[in-house]
Amino acid sequence: MMGNWIIAPVVLPAFLAPLIVLWMRFDLRTQRIFSIAGMVSLLAVALALAASASVNAPEVYKLGNWEAPFGIVLVLDRLSALMLVLTAALGLAVALYAIGSGWDKRGWHFHSLLQFQMMGINGAFLTGDAFNLFVFFEVLLIASYGLMIHSGGEKRLKAGVQYVVYNLAGSTLFLFALGTIYSVTGTVNMADLAQKVAMMPADETALVRVGAVLLMLVFAVKAALVPFQFWLPATYVNAPGPVAALFAIMTKVGVYAIVRIYTLVFPADGITGALAADVLLPAAAVSLTIGMIGVLGARDLGRVVAYAVIGSVGTMMLAFSQFSEAATGAGLYYMVHSTLAAAALFLIVDLVKERRGPTGLAIVPAGRTYSHGLLSAMFFAGAIAMAGMPPLSGFLGKLMILDALRGQWGLWALVLVTSLIAIVGFGRAGSTVFWKAYAIEGEPAPAPRDASAPGLAFTAAGALLAGLVAMTVFAGPLSDWLKATAAQLHHPQAYISAVMDGAYERAMEAQAEGQNGSGHSAEVTDDHAAPEPHIATEAEVQDEAKDTGHEPATAPAAAH
Amino acid sequence: MEALVASAVGVMTAAGIYLILRMRTFPVVLGMSMLSYAVNIFLFASGRLAVNLPPILDHAGAETQGYTDPIPQALVLTAIVISFGMTAVVVMLALGSFVEAGNDRIDLDEEEAGQ
Repeated sequence: MMGNWIIAPVVLPAFLAPLIVLWMRFDLRTQRIFSIAGMVSLLAVALALAASASVNAPEVYKLGNWEAPFGIVLVLDRLSALMLVLTAALGLAVALYAIGSGWDKRGWHFHSLLQFQMMGINGAFLTGDAFNLFVFFEVLLIASYGLMIHSGGEKRLKAGVQYVVYNLAGSTLFLFALGTIYSVTGTVNMADLAQKVAMMPADETALVRVGAVLLMLVFAVKAALVPFQFWLPATYVNAPGPVAALFAIMTKVGVYAIVRIYTLVFPADGITGALAADVLLPAAAVSLTIGMIGVLGARDLGRVVAYAVIGSVGTMMLAFSQFSEAATGAGLYYMVHSTLAAAALFLIVDLVKERRGPTGLAIVPAGRTYSHGLLSAMFFAGAIAMAGMPPLSGFLGKLMILDALRGQWGLWALVLVTSLIAIVGFGRAGSTVFWKAYAIEGEPAPAPRDASAPGLAFTAAGALLAGLVAMTVFAGPLSDWLKATAAQLHHPQAYISAVMDGAYERAMEAQAEGQNGSGHSAEVTDDHAAPEPHIATEAEVQDEAKDTGHEPATAPAAAH
Repeated sequence: MEALVASAVGVMTAAGIYLILRMRTFPVVLGMSMLSYAVNIFLFASGRLAVNLPPILDHAGAETQGYTDPIPQALVLTAIVISFGMTAVVVMLALGSFVEAGNDRIDLDEEEAGQ
């Protein structure tokens, strides 16, 4: 049992980020040390939480010790633990790369924004409250706005404005969805929502269905599912390299939210029925097609990877839209794989861009770059993984997804044909940029001037590739673990009872103690405005009923 | 009153959507503000409309007088703070992009957009 450690992935970066801004703003070296130390400890905490979650039932951390659904809870289960580990590993690689490539020198506050970003992402993965999910989305978005325009420049700022406006519109939609759901159910706690939605009469679900679809649209914007993918290519291409790599986890925040909400609150066997699957499946199929065609049609390397991200989101959503245990397990494996592969490719592409000078990332033959052979090999490995060719984990992931889709031969054809298109697309881009360079006479270009520690940058990108190799080697144990995760997702009763069982009785006891002057409420140190009114209404509504009975008991105590 | 609130939300949402589809940053920022006003009022209404009632249950009067649901007010408070901050961010970004690019068009040309 992890107890208070559950909140560490949120609190640790939340402390570090302001410290980095306020104490170390003029000293890049200390900033770097603290940023790396923060990422390493975050990874250690995340691994410990994952070890605990893999043997224990879902565990609940009550913010300010307010019982659910009156207060906000964080819930640690296998899925959130998995996402925490993935985030921390990616964060560490990105921080190392930013230091090695000198990106953190090219503008202010890179490391503190990175820590705020980690705080938002970790919080979004941990929270068990839908409104709190909105708040953490905003935290991670506002940090990502800063990171996106890091070191400025005309194109980056213009793409940044579009990115911000697109996501602000998404946030507004999120609030509309939450308002709709709250007006029907009277709660925003996910476990409580699951219970309340399950109890609704089948002919009164119109509004809650509207809310469910609105939420799906919001998460589709985050996940860059077609038709909400327009923000992604311009954002990822114009963002600094390490930031684009970090954004590989941002689309997965949307995917995570879809998986969480539509297995817990609106499961396929609940009152909303196959609503989510009906919406998701076509969107996933079109995303996959458009993404992979984009890989083939893109005119620069960055866009090749950006479109591959859209395609990979489509692939994993094909699996998740089945809402079966086997398919969800396969989808989770592919999700971990594609996050690492996309991040590795964005870092490699950034290394290429640094070394190619004025040609930039355009897919045209140009002279050899500094350390050309190593970069070619790394791009080759990343492309194999992303396109899903053997021997790396992309192949295994697609194989598992195909296995789970057995019988739906149309989807098989789609996955296989789009994989072929992606292979052709990556092959065309890679052979033009890396292979044809040997046909051009002359010495390789000199080393780039700015890279402060190129070895570290290569190590960071290589570490992500090594992660892919590890995923391939340990595919057996990993996929068993993910199958158990999928089983936990599709039997949400454990999650719900971890949050809700006995919560009401404990809240009543705390209430009674509070009235006797033992001062429960004085201890509350909550960081969010919402929970306090929760207590004021619902606890007291119930209390009102019992009130006449309690009055004689409390009166003597008050008289003292 | 329901009709008034509902039409206010509807009109502001329509105006907001029209404005965020404009080509220049200033109308887009205005449109985002309109949309956040609309959603704030919508969130208020999600707790049912009640006038002149306390957001707290007191032991004496709750059953006779009724009360108004305080949770949406807390949600709206959070939403207002966040949308205020976000508007400030988008204004600064739009200014920065205007200074760098010399125009305030929000669309990207073909090369920038990655088509």
